[in-house]
Amino acid sequence: MLYLSLIVLIPLSATFIRSLGAGWGHFWAVVTAGRVVASLRLSFGAALLAAAVNAAFGLVIAWVLVRYTFPFKRLIDAMVDLPFALPTAVAGIALTALYAPNGWLGGLLMPLGIQVAFTPLGVVVALIFIGLPFVVRTLQPVLEELDKDVEQAAATLGASEWQTFSRVILPALWPALLTGFALAFARAVGEYGSVIFIAGNMPMKSEIAPLLIITKLEQYDYAGATAIAVVMLVLSFALMLGINALQSWTLTRNGGA
Amino acid sequence: MEAPSIAAGCDVSTGRRLRKRGPRQGVRWGRFLLIATALAFLAAFLLLPLLVVFAQALSKGAGVYLSAVSDPMAWAAIKLTLMVAAIAVPMNLVFGVVSAWAITKFQFRGKSALISLIDLPFAVSPVIAGLTYILLFGAHGWFGAYLQEHDIRIVFAVPGIVLATLFVTFPFVARELIPVMQAQGKDDEETALSLGAGGWQVFWHVTLPNIRWGLLYGVLLCNARAMGEFGAVSVVSGHIRGLTNTMPLHVEILYNEYNYAAAFAVASLLALLALLTLAGKSLLEWRQPELRHTVHLARATTGKQA
Repeated sequence: MLYLSLIVLIPLSATFIRSLGAGWGHFWAVVTAGRVVASLRLSFGAALLAAAVNAAFGLVIAWVLVRYTFPFKRLIDAMVDLPFALPTAVAGIALTALYAPNGWLGGLLMPLGIQVAFTPLGVVVALIFIGLPFVVRTLQPVLEELDKDVEQAAATLGASEWQTFSRVILPALWPALLTGFALAFARAVGEYGSVIFIAGNMPMKSEIAPLLIITKLEQYDYAGATAIAVVMLVLSFALMLGINALQSWTLTRNGGA
Repeated sequence: MEAPSIAAGCDVSTGRRLRKRGPRQGVRWGRFLLIATALAFLAAFLLLPLLVVFAQALSKGAGVYLSAVSDPMAWAAIKLTLMVAAIAVPMNLVFGVVSAWAITKFQFRGKSALISLIDLPFAVSPVIAGLTYILLFGAHGWFGAYLQEHDIRIVFAVPGIVLATLFVTFPFVARELIPVMQAQGKDDEETALSLGAGGWQVFWHVTLPNIRWGLLYGVLLCNARAMGEFGAVSVVSGHIRGLTNTMPLHVEILYNEYNYAAAFAVASLLALLALLTLAGKSLLEWRQPELRHTVHLARATTGKQA
């Protein structure tokens, strides 16, 4: 318990106290400045978008890995954890090299008029990378335990594939899908290492909130840095509470139905 | 739907007939499309970035690669990274075992608060974690004046890097152990106690053998994160070359100097570490299949408590 408070609790409470040290007026002035609002909007917007993309594709990947057999399946399954194991700075420069206008994929997208690296889209790509395993790994065990009998029963009763999926499978997966979404989102909001290389970091456009914290720190603007940190903490906790509420709502609704 | 067997049966010769029959063929196509989508997504977001690291690292030839990896600054970064991990991992290992033990074997007040606190570092941005240490130990921090008086450097020095790493790798071991210990219950320990074993003996001969795979699993993940942490360490390190530069920070500096081949060369070492971690993880899961599920459950509960 002591160790816990030394490493985690004291530092965090210091943040809250320090943020108000310079007065409420100063705090408000910092967090409503245009550049700060833009960076917060980008951090939270890109994280939500990336988590949504991960929820959709993560579901497909988890489904394919649990239900189908194909060559190299175990290898691919193991690879899903790569973002957990690969240092974020490495992921950052790798994604940048890949999606830069002269990169392997960026070169293909450029003629289509899509620029990924050094734009907000690059931020989303990096956040998709780091959030993917959260969705896949929360869905897999639930899919494995899902009873195939129910699906077969639905099929015998004349349900189409799509009906079986949307009426039978999806409702059972909702809670896990939301958990995966929440985890991917929480990780993405605070992510720094993989984003800063690919983002281009233009103020007002592709500058994320954690980077702005570091910029303020380098200018010795401690009050400004902590103010942004506190807003980030409060916003993420509010969103997580919302997602948890949604989750318990889907749980009771499914239980009642 | 239900059937690799059916799918395998409708090869090219019979496939045509099946198509006329309708739905089965639709299912087969749907299945093919889903697998293709999943693989394409994984290739674009996971496989290609990994390959690009090695391709870029070797793009200027093996000579450049070797000189980048054997550069004294790179060596200093490698040594620092290994040292930080060598301190942070054992500390969190001990903490993880103790807290998982307390949570699963005893009842006490504030237990659920303790569980959510352990998860806290998963929910807090590493940059904010680093910031908190600056606020505490920096020149203008709470303990700043005291530390300066006694000439103790924490921030922009190695102790700060260790602290930041401790913070971000804090939950890994405990999180892997809690479900494993929960599943095992207290029976074995109580039996050993009733046969007259001492507390330490019980831990050493009964508990530890039961949890060793889960423990190794947690340590593996903890170590990968400790060596690769960037955000938190970047805030507290001060980027002093040869002194407070870890491997990920060294990669950043080289990259920002447009020394791409060298940056990717050092990055490839970290990528190799990641691949080793994944291989070790798969090996452990193969040895101990239930580990997979405990990990999934751990992640799921993390979400509920975050």
